[in-house]
Amino acid sequence: MDIIAQHNLVHQTRDARRAIDFPKLSPAERDSLIKKYHPDHRAQAYRPIKFGPNAGELTVTEVATLLEGDSPLPADLSLEPKYSVDVLVVGGGGAGCAAALHAHAEGANVLLATKLRLGDSNSVMAQGGMQIAVAPDDSPVQHFLDTLKGGHMKNDHDLLKVMVEDGPTIAQWLLELGVLFDRQEDGNLHVKKGGGSSKARLLTCSDYTGLEIMRVLKDEVLNQKIPLLEFGAAVELLSDGKGACTGAVLQDLDNKRYVVVAAKTVILATGGIGRLHIQGFPTSNHFGATGDALVLAYRMGAPLVQIDTFQYHPSGGVYPEQLVGALVTEGIRSEGGHLVNANGERFVNELDTRDVVSSSIIKECEEGRGIRTAAGRLGVWLDTPLLDVEHGPGTLDKHFPAMVRQYERYGVDIRKDPVLIYPTLHYQNGGVKIGVNGETSVANLFVAGEASGGLHGRNRLMGNSLLDLMVFGKRTGLTATARAKSLSQGALTLDHVTKFRAEAKRHQVSSGLTSPMVLPAYTRQVS
Amino acid sequence: MANDVNRPKQFTEHASTIQAQMVTVEIEGKPFQVPAGITLMKAMWYAGKDVVRGAGCLGGFCGACAAYYRTKNDPKVQTCLACSKAVEEGMSFSFMPAFPARKAIYNIQSLKDPKQDLFELYPEAPLCRNCNACTEACPQKINVREGVWKAVFGDFQAVSDMFMDCVMCGMCTPVCIADIAPNLVAVYASRAQGAHFTDKPEGLGQRIQDISNGKYQQDWDRILQLSDEDLQKTSAAIL
Repeated sequence: MDIIAQHNLVHQTRDARRAIDFPKLSPAERDSLIKKYHPDHRAQAYRPIKFGPNAGELTVTEVATLLEGDSPLPADLSLEPKYSVDVLVVGGGGAGCAAALHAHAEGANVLLATKLRLGDSNSVMAQGGMQIAVAPDDSPVQHFLDTLKGGHMKNDHDLLKVMVEDGPTIAQWLLELGVLFDRQEDGNLHVKKGGGSSKARLLTCSDYTGLEIMRVLKDEVLNQKIPLLEFGAAVELLSDGKGACTGAVLQDLDNKRYVVVAAKTVILATGGIGRLHIQGFPTSNHFGATGDALVLAYRMGAPLVQIDTFQYHPSGGVYPEQLVGALVTEGIRSEGGHLVNANGERFVNELDTRDVVSSSIIKECEEGRGIRTAAGRLGVWLDTPLLDVEHGPGTLDKHFPAMVRQYERYGVDIRKDPVLIYPTLHYQNGGVKIGVNGETSVANLFVAGEASGGLHGRNRLMGNSLLDLMVFGKRTGLTATARAKSLSQGALTLDHVTKFRAEAKRHQVSSGLTSPMVLPAYTRQVS
Repeated sequence: MANDVNRPKQFTEHASTIQAQMVTVEIEGKPFQVPAGITLMKAMWYAGKDVVRGAGCLGGFCGACAAYYRTKNDPKVQTCLACSKAVEEGMSFSFMPAFPARKAIYNIQSLKDPKQDLFELYPEAPLCRNCNACTEACPQKINVREGVWKAVFGDFQAVSDMFMDCVMCGMCTPVCIADIAPNLVAVYASRAQGAHFTDKPEGLGQRIQDISNGKYQQDWDRILQLSDEDLQKTSAAIL
């Protein structure tokens, strides 16, 4: 069947599909579907980590290799600091900005270093919204239970409780800074329903929630005149020789020089791992999502948690080629968009959790019910025109301007035709193990946001990431500042690197690879 | 049936080279052969150019990859985001360097009269000479010129609506003959709209109070002492 006939099938079956209420799967059905089709369960993609705090635990080969990689620093590097600060924040996305702003507000002398520009991050792309229990029929406890269920009961209870309870004050903080959340007629915050949630709980700024929050936070970082080092990538941490973190070595990407920063406390907020293209998946992530914090913290001796589980967002673009891997917002499914296979049938409740929906799409494609593009890729339909049918003409224009624009650039009108989607590597569910204030097991080393682990269990719910960034950005910023006030600057050594190198030698690691990756190597080697 | 396409082997950012059809484009004035249909950003990588300044979210949201381009035989120089525009035969393009626009510094919460303060913070804003170059330069198709006037006339609500799509690429700024940085004016107006001219949501205030008054303590006590098994049952019972 050609692609036009395939399109027509989606249009022809729309009314019949609307009449059907597709049930969610039982816990047992979910488990068996995920075990069979979710990429987290492909044993051949995993191997044990050879040494370090998580020695013997399984993770994907791409991550294990990076964790065991060598520090790029020469052993005789001069550790004369160029900057000396109370709080060094590494990363300029949502968590980094929130951390820097709260630390600065508490009187800390802050340096915010980021390897691209301030705000270049995944945060800016978050379209779906931010989950906060503000509606009268909702509660933080309900938010806790939904998240736990989505995370397969593996979430860290303490982290999760503080996130859901801090949520409303975070919303207030953002409103005071001028973030324009969508409102109801009565002035209260408008809430939307997200996949895996029992209540409507998503605060949104049309489909630009992350962009709106980041425009405001970036502007505020500049207004507060927080010292900023853009194109400054953290490539190693510094220790006092007794196990505590005392700063970091950055690399100025403009001239490749190392920049030593003495810091009483360090907050790593460098985001996730999409650009490692785990298991060869395309990704929705930004250019710098290379898992740097995992490497830096691990070399320093901080254990990671749940580093064997990743989120493959159900709806990554498949066609046109320019949009392969790019995110198609979950909001489309929240507002009733159907997933449709090559036979014109629905095959999953679209509002089930992301791991369930992704697994079901992979199943459809592997069992021959996928749609193949001219470039040879497989996917299933997301019935976007259904939204205008269901909620009235103009719904897509009004609620999803970013997506309409994204496809229009390539001549695809999502108001008239459905789009093809397939799971895309989206999020690192686990990360560096932290406590409720974001501190790792290494003294004075904090981690906030996607780089940290435990909060989301084995599957993050839609809309919980933006909240995670704000809550733990704030908590690390405040705690690191309080800590810094009670500390004097410790010695700057690379003792942990020396130890790590000895361990690598003992375990005969000889990949020759240095890490962190900092940026992916996409540049073609032209002979 | 095994999904041999999507079941990944080696992901490559230039996967479309498989399609083989090539086009000639000029990057910063120098010709290169690149696969037809790839984005300008991927064309940079394909041509062997490292991109550090200029790559950001790669999804059309961060404005890092603002670029100027011209299509074959057309004198008009247009703007785009390099991550979201496909190459075509005869196209010529260059990335926009960082532009030294002046951002006003303000404390958004302590503004006394935000609509009047605009003229202190951005005194050039009312000097717009209606050339419309900013609107033409916007890769997001925002009516930038009108937005600047809305800000000047104090209609901050309209500004915030119009600029919700703004990715802060800044391409409106170098073209302005009155030295206005329209995107920065818009951020100011939008933030002021949110912080000063929008009602406080009552429900949110109530929820914050409820949490601090311990309204949910009983629920927490009940939930948190459950065994893993009972907790699972409780969660599973929620629809």
